[in-house]
Amino acid sequence: MDFLIFKAPMLMVQASLDGILLGILFALIAYGMALQWGVMNIINIAQGDLVILGGYIAYTIYLWGIHPAWGVIISPIIMFFVGWALYKLVINKVVDRDLFISILATFGIAIVFQQLMNFIFGADVVVAQSEYGTTMLFDNSVTLPNSKIFSAFISVLYAIALVIYMRKSKLGRAIRATAQNARAAKILGVDTEKVYAATFGINAALCGIAGALISITLTLHPYVGLPYTVRSFMIVIVAGLGNLPAVAVSGMGLGLFEEFADYILGTEFRIGAVFLLLVLILVYRRFKLSKKREYLK
Amino acid sequence: MEKVKQKDLILYSGLIILGLAAPYLFSAFKVQLTYLCVLIVLAMTWNLQGGEMGYNTFGNILFYGLGMYLTASVQVGMFFPLAEWTESGGEKTFVHTTAQYFQGIGVGLLVSAIIPAIIAGAIGYAILGLRGHYFAICTLGLGIAAGEIAGGIEIIGAGQGFTTPPFPAEIVDTEARGKFFYFLSFALLVGTFIFVKYIYGSRFRLILNAIRDNEDKAEAMGIQTMKYKIVGWMCSAFFCGLAGGIMGGLIGYIDSTDVAFDGREMGVFMVLMAILGGKGTLWGPVIGATLFHFFKEGLWTLILGWQYVALGVLIVVIVVYFPEGLMGWLREKYPERFGEVIDEKDRKAQVELK
Repeated sequence: MDFLIFKAPMLMVQASLDGILLGILFALIAYGMALQWGVMNIINIAQGDLVILGGYIAYTIYLWGIHPAWGVIISPIIMFFVGWALYKLVINKVVDRDLFISILATFGIAIVFQQLMNFIFGADVVVAQSEYGTTMLFDNSVTLPNSKIFSAFISVLYAIALVIYMRKSKLGRAIRATAQNARAAKILGVDTEKVYAATFGINAALCGIAGALISITLTLHPYVGLPYTVRSFMIVIVAGLGNLPAVAVSGMGLGLFEEFADYILGTEFRIGAVFLLLVLILVYRRFKLSKKREYLK
Repeated sequence: MEKVKQKDLILYSGLIILGLAAPYLFSAFKVQLTYLCVLIVLAMTWNLQGGEMGYNTFGNILFYGLGMYLTASVQVGMFFPLAEWTESGGEKTFVHTTAQYFQGIGVGLLVSAIIPAIIAGAIGYAILGLRGHYFAICTLGLGIAAGEIAGGIEIIGAGQGFTTPPFPAEIVDTEARGKFFYFLSFALLVGTFIFVKYIYGSRFRLILNAIRDNEDKAEAMGIQTMKYKIVGWMCSAFFCGLAGGIMGGLIGYIDSTDVAFDGREMGVFMVLMAILGGKGTLWGPVIGATLFHFFKEGLWTLILGWQYVALGVLIVVIVVYFPEGLMGWLREKYPERFGEVIDEKDRKAQVELK
């Protein structure tokens, strides 16, 4: 077995930089996942499909001749209302129920989304050209598309903005209060129904931003949503709910893992490696906790 | 041992006669009937996990797909080099004789029952320690990872798929292939039903129910829950592997993500069918699978192209509005039929409370 990556150290730099920039993007999606999981106690399998839908919105405005980078502003606005509508239609009926019900129901939503996107945007792999060019580093041996740097920058910007919003605004405080104790929040006059809808909307908006960034950095296809869901789920279970720095770090870690797995195992095993890592992380945590006679809750 | 009631005897013998006569009565629908048998088997075995044990798995598709690949690989590998077969068009150069074909599929099915069961036992210890939604997501990951990995392995055809051996050409009867697979799947269905019915009357089921209702308490009562969970999963894997093997032969072509580890279709169907019929009941999955199959076959062609949208909507509607399923609904409506004693006064009092 000879691995190209160990022979050429520059490839390692390349993979690391790619991985970290990609990981920041994953962390943004995972932040939305953690938000809804923490506040509403649902696991949203359709998370990845919301991301892809956001990406297709950015791609559509690109087709209209507007620069796709504007997608990071337009896409979240549209996605917020998509999320709100989704909450009013389905999610509000599964909030207080068993988690498995939310998993299955959102699985159904995911299938509907995939198929509708397939009808509307076609089954081709598409990408929106940002034409940002590339940055060459280390004597042209490491190439870094500027769009990736742009996407990482925007992700960090939005994440910081959201954290400040959650701390300072009235809605943010209501959301945090509901997450801590929904019943008590209700007694104290918080309209939890509205808070839930807003949370799901914010989550969808985050997905919209991430999707718009994916449309210029990676590729879009109607059926690639599920890996994004699994990635964000993985990041959340490693980092824990409501721990933003940890979400960022484990997001980057996942990005690094993926890039290296891509080089070492080959691209055809990339998605398989992600799903296998999920299994391994869960099994590892299970054995670690079982020593203390506990289990993952 | 409890004596089988006469009413039951009539019901079962009637069903068996219907099952045996079905391929002659509905000659044109043999493939559909085979599908139905396999779907019922999958729903019943899923019910052992999801309904009885309370471990909602998306991972039974793993054993189904494994069984499919194993049967085909054994059937080919026993007589011809597997790598050359899968490389491209091996099925044109190597031809199974009639005896070879049936020997191959027999041994293949045996292997495809045993190996998934062993694998379930091996990974069960690690994975069944997870609870609730962690288990669900973990098994979802497992099923998809298996599909992605199988799609990268050269010897079983990688991304281009694996053509299973064609039915021997020496048998001239054009109906023979359909009949063979139908009776195979019907035998599997009968075997599975007898097995599950046996479990329903045994202590094992009570233990599984105890695990579902409160695992910590069950453990405190001295039940080695892990042992029973693993055995339960191995039973499911055994039958899922067989079902996969039969389906592989019937379809004639194995693709890693669209046919074998088809989490998007089969993997969801089995959950949906069990929930539609009512989890945790013997007849629920059977009825659920039958209804679902009729609904699917009737509607799929009418709404061509929109079937996945319909499927997704169906999942949402069933899960959100009928989580107890058909049997659960019947049970609520006619509790006397299910042997539940109702205190009329108590029921009225509860209605007033509402």
